[in-house]
Amino acid sequence: MKVVVDMNKCQDHGQCVFAAPDVFSMDDSGHLAYVSDPDDALRDEVEEAADVCPLQAIRLEG
Amino acid sequence: MNARIVVAGASMAGLRAAEQLRAAGWTGAITLVGDEPHMPYNRPPLSKEVLAGKAPFESLAFRPRASVADAEWRLGTRVVAARLAENIVEFDDGEALSYDGLVVATGMRPRRLRCPGPLAGRHTVRTIDDAQGLRQALTRPGARVVVVGGGFIGCEVAATAVALGAREVTVVDPLPLPMVGPLGELLARALLKRHEERGVRFALGTGVTGFTGDDHVTGVALGDGTVLPADVVVESVGSVANTEWLDGNGLDLSDGVLADEHLRVGGRPDVVAVGDVARFPNARYDGVPRRVEHWCIPTDTAKHAAKTLVAALTGTGHDLSPFAPLPTFWSDQHDFRLQSFGAPVLGKEDVRVLEGDLDGDVVVGYHAGGRLAGVVALGGQAAAAPASRYRAELLKQPALTA
Repeated sequence: MKVVVDMNKCQDHGQCVFAAPDVFSMDDSGHLAYVSDPDDALRDEVEEAADVCPLQAIRLEG
Repeated sequence: MNARIVVAGASMAGLRAAEQLRAAGWTGAITLVGDEPHMPYNRPPLSKEVLAGKAPFESLAFRPRASVADAEWRLGTRVVAARLAENIVEFDDGEALSYDGLVVATGMRPRRLRCPGPLAGRHTVRTIDDAQGLRQALTRPGARVVVVGGGFIGCEVAATAVALGAREVTVVDPLPLPMVGPLGELLARALLKRHEERGVRFALGTGVTGFTGDDHVTGVALGDGTVLPADVVVESVGSVANTEWLDGNGLDLSDGVLADEHLRVGGRPDVVAVGDVARFPNARYDGVPRRVEHWCIPTDTAKHAAKTLVAALTGTGHDLSPFAPLPTFWSDQHDFRLQSFGAPVLGKEDVRVLEGDLDGDVVVGYHAGGRLAGVVALGGQAAAAPASRYRAELLKQPALTA
């Protein structure tokens, strides 16, 4: 599973961090950081993170 | 015979419901029925990026999960009636369809002002077609804009209109401050100041009595006797639930459709409600059923309602805890963002600045019974980060009883 975030769309709402804290996080300045190739066991979490992104900036591949 | 769930409504709530039905194990047919001709799309950009011309439709459309690739979409079709006792819904083209399960996801439509005067030049912002029509009007040079209603949409549209170079932008509201309902007086006053500094005018504490002009709006007449010149009027005065199709089934439709703590409708195991049309009790708070028009609610309700419905239809038992979402909303206006977690509206009598100050980045806490009920951050990035810290604290709070 590959996670792709369109950083041109991302506005750092942080909803994905609440949905999938193992994959998404906020750095000290409040900007998004994420793991691009998380374990497949986290698929549900990542799907939920993609659902709750207000900008629909998160995509799953594979 | 293939069992079928009909999802009445094909916007975000309908799509999320279909996806969550699959996630909950539903393998039967799913039919989504929606009156707009478009596939489901994201609405928050309508009052901002779409109006500003920065987001084409393709960037708004949701990407449905692969699990609903076999769902049947009936777009441009309205559900006009339901006979719940017979498990039948009827469409505007005369067809009737029987179902095993029904998801009520028909959402809201904008409330309109009932005042004398011409209709041309008056806009609402609910659909992509609305927003594109309004954009055309706003981008005419020298537009004078009157926004009726100082809530979320009104404040966002006013900010976007200023950015587009409108000659005058005035927000009219019968309340004394913009967004005072959800925010309370302290923060609403800070919001007013920020809008005024960026060129938005306000006519507060007065309502609209009519519109001037023959074929097209030329002005907005107010209760205090003034007439604001206007080429473009935006009505953002709340919304009306699309529930007429459920009439005649003995349901409580007094404000949306009443649902129980598992989002079941009318005590039926085979009908659930999702999205902003659903009026449900939140076990996190006082148990009073309310409709919630926040962006997160379609997704939150879909997840819970789909489990409820699939468990009932497949006889797999039901051990869900009552629905208890943590409310969250945000609003982008000018160069600042409002970000809210919890239920500030329940703590408007006891408001304290938690971090920062009201002229800069600020986080405000709303307390009920001495306990934190909600937080709202106003400002830039520096305000949003601490707000999410308080979210964790709100999740730990015990249920708030009336």
